[in-house]
Amino acid sequence: MRLTDRVLPWLAGVTVVLMGVGLYLSFFVAPADYQQGETVRIMYIHVPSAWLAMFCYTLIAVSSIGSLIWRHPLADVSAKAAAPIGAAFTLLALVTGSLWGKPMWGTYWVWDARLTSVLILFFLYLGLIAVWQSFEEPSRAGRAAAILAIVGFVNIPIIKFSVDWWNTLHQPASVMRLGRPTIALSLLWPLLVMALGFTCLFIWLHFKAMRTEILKRRVETMIVTRVGQAATLKAAE
Amino acid sequence: MDLGPHAAFIWSAYAVTAVVVAGLVIRAIYEERRQREALLRLEAQGIRRRSDVPGDSGKSA
Repeated sequence: MRLTDRVLPWLAGVTVVLMGVGLYLSFFVAPADYQQGETVRIMYIHVPSAWLAMFCYTLIAVSSIGSLIWRHPLADVSAKAAAPIGAAFTLLALVTGSLWGKPMWGTYWVWDARLTSVLILFFLYLGLIAVWQSFEEPSRAGRAAAILAIVGFVNIPIIKFSVDWWNTLHQPASVMRLGRPTIALSLLWPLLVMALGFTCLFIWLHFKAMRTEILKRRVETMIVTRVGQAATLKAAE
Repeated sequence: MDLGPHAAFIWSAYAVTAVVVAGLVIRAIYEERRQREALLRLEAQGIRRRSDVPGDSGKSA
């Protein structure tokens, strides 16, 4: 808690600066694409959201392994805190992708492998949130959610490689691929700055959510202690 | 700034992102404050966690 007390204000500052610079580069420096025209600007929020949607789920899966094998309470807290944030970024990837798809593909949605697997990711996040809320005891909820998270991780490589394995309307990878990126540098730099800004935002949100979860567990423990003290006093009378 | 014939799609995408990000940030700040206040209220009532009580390691919890 003391470490995050010191880190969080700096992280917030770095996030604001990166987002500000990223937005400036996205709107005033990056040129329009020769095929997509101005709609390429949607990429600067769509791609970082999609990356974070997958990164966040990977973080949950790794935390879940830590929770199941080593029973580390912070791993449990990390997995629970990340789920709503991951759901939000997945929703953003889906919505901004649809808003890009309509002018480019002529439709908001197609049931192709990439779009469908990202929709499944969104449902997995909702499932994790539901599991966490359906158990009163955090340790039992943690175990059930960890198993779901680890099983659901199979969807992450499917999302990543869906554009290679199947014939999809979604374009193949142009940044994270073997060899050098196929995207022009004038479009790549704003994207990388925005991606870094989004990542800092994610870390800030995750730290905040973890602190909240730790505080919540302390409050619950103290309430149980109070109930126990009251019962002891009553028994003594 | 002229964003061409698809400006409405571009602005909508950025507006949705701004709303969701603002929601995440506000929720994060509000929820932490709510839990911190609940903790302070309990401490003001003299309730401590077992691990905070001298002589009680809280291992039995």
